[in-house]
Amino acid sequence: MKIKLIATVSFSLMLARLKQTTIAAVGVTFGITMFITLLSFMGGLNDLLDGLITKRSPHVRLYNEVQPSEMQPVDILPQYAGYHNFVSSVKPKNELPEIYNSREIMNTLERDPRVSGISPKITAQVFYNIGSIDFAGSINGIDVDAEARLFSFSDYVTTGNYIDLKNTPNSIILGKGVADKMLADIGDLIQVTTSKGERVQLKVVGYFQSGLLDLDKVQSYASITTAQKLLGESDSYITDIQIKVNDLEMAPELAKEYASVFETNAIDIQTANAQFETGSSVRTLISYAVGITLLIVAGFGIYNILNMMIYEKMDSIAILKATGFSGSDVKNIFILIALTIGVLGGLLGLLFGFCFSMIIDQIPFVTAALPTIKTYAINYNPKFYIIAIIFSVVTTYLAGYFPAKKASKLDPVIIIRGK
Amino acid sequence: MSELVLEARNVNKYFHDPVTNQVLKDVNLTIEKGVFATVMGKSGCGKSTLLYILSTMDTEYEGELFIDGVNMRNRTEKELAQVRNEKIGFVFQFHYLLNEFSVIRIVMLPGLKLAKYSEKEVENKAYEKLKLLGIESEAMKKPNQLSGGQKQRVAIARALINDPLIIMGDEPTGNLDKKNSEVVYEIFNELAESYNQSLLIVTHDPEFANRTHRIIEMVDGAITNIVKMK
Repeated sequence: MKIKLIATVSFSLMLARLKQTTIAAVGVTFGITMFITLLSFMGGLNDLLDGLITKRSPHVRLYNEVQPSEMQPVDILPQYAGYHNFVSSVKPKNELPEIYNSREIMNTLERDPRVSGISPKITAQVFYNIGSIDFAGSINGIDVDAEARLFSFSDYVTTGNYIDLKNTPNSIILGKGVADKMLADIGDLIQVTTSKGERVQLKVVGYFQSGLLDLDKVQSYASITTAQKLLGESDSYITDIQIKVNDLEMAPELAKEYASVFETNAIDIQTANAQFETGSSVRTLISYAVGITLLIVAGFGIYNILNMMIYEKMDSIAILKATGFSGSDVKNIFILIALTIGVLGGLLGLLFGFCFSMIIDQIPFVTAALPTIKTYAINYNPKFYIIAIIFSVVTTYLAGYFPAKKASKLDPVIIIRGK
Repeated sequence: MSELVLEARNVNKYFHDPVTNQVLKDVNLTIEKGVFATVMGKSGCGKSTLLYILSTMDTEYEGELFIDGVNMRNRTEKELAQVRNEKIGFVFQFHYLLNEFSVIRIVMLPGLKLAKYSEKEVENKAYEKLKLLGIESEAMKKPNQLSGGQKQRVAIARALINDPLIIMGDEPTGNLDKKNSEVVYEIFNELAESYNQSLLIVTHDPEFANRTHRIIEMVDGAITNIVKMK
């Protein structure tokens, strides 16, 4: 009953000042709309940029680096244990960066419940031959099925069919930049020189476009057996093992564990791509800051309009008090006005924000660097909507609270006698 | 002796701005049920100030105030609002009608606030009051569509809605012409005579005051004379 009465008075006051009330609500709507649009757009962009790297990166990568022995012979001798040794005569051995006992390691990893998939890889340094000139590049030997499953390999093969790499012997998928330089069409035979000086002919079955231009100018893909043949190595020769884990947060821990168990180098995705993480979080922070600023500005709008309304309606407030409405009743009336503006404006803002996001989602965004992207990316995270509506209610409540408190403290005697 | 509706004992009141100034000096006053009393005095003699203290709206005074036998000292703002709602009806010099509402809603508001009756019953009561004052045909209009005299009658209807113990008026005829003042007097008089309603009205108009039961004369914040007419 009491709530109904207060609501009646609130709505009458709002209707009497419909224009100002609408403007205040539009302010909130605008703030919320921009908040949602901005965050969705920024979220989409972040996902896109992160995906560029993280989708194709292994969570943990095992590899062997050319590195010096940690212990020099003199360190081993017990009679020199207490001395400062500066003799470092043993240099790194000349050997290929092979992972030893790779088959056994892969078997172990496949049984590990924390691992969702593994994909072996070989990196081979080659020279691409174009007529009389050579230029340096690298060929990645990959397990085509595993690579497609774990790292969306197929998305980045822009021309040709990726599975041909597996089915056609001695085939290659050229980086787009490499292909442009070599004037190589699908089906052409190209020639590469391996690091051992052998010349090998390979058949082009597709183009690969990663989005990173520099990479596409040097990198090509072949099947793992083709790569082993290029290098003249046995079928157990592997230089990298790429691992996807079930829980991304576990990656740094697992990297450490594998490094010590398998006696290889291991790097996790967080360490390898720290700069992307930082970029995303800073971008998100900025969009939140802008969005919240917009809402606070809208809050000031409500504050102003309520203050004005109270000033105009002083007589009404006085008479309400004289006829038995208490200070808290009057306060509730004005807070209800503020909340109505906030909730209505906020809900409309959510709707408009969603519509705006959908519109942006349709705007074409074609760039050579991102072959899989056709329109701007949008992240429809419900979290944004929940934050927005909570924030709009809180802002409008605060914006309404202070004028309402002022109204509740108005002394009816002063107003009535002031006439 | 009939029952006391309102009693003020040794009420003193000071204004402190710009200098301390005593506006009410030791005011003692009783109003019994069914009494139609007026407060007369020159401008600035403190009669309105006294009315606002008696109405519980002004709480900064010394002395005791009893309404319906209950002391009004040390009451919360909420409790005082409740007392005003239930026991006091107000009529001001200006009508103070809420332009956003229709006449019937304006009259109903204090009744809805009291929440003693259902909305339907309050509406019926409001119609009765409007009928009593002869303006039931204006019920659906907005206040700005009414004449000055009609507005003041709506204000009286609003004061009556909760069947208050006492009706207080601060120069209710001060803004009306002769004819409408007469109408308001007739209404008050009828309320006192036929419905045994207590009234306490501050006025400038001797013609109005002379026809009431009791005239309380004030000079410089003190009651100098109480004239009982009947």
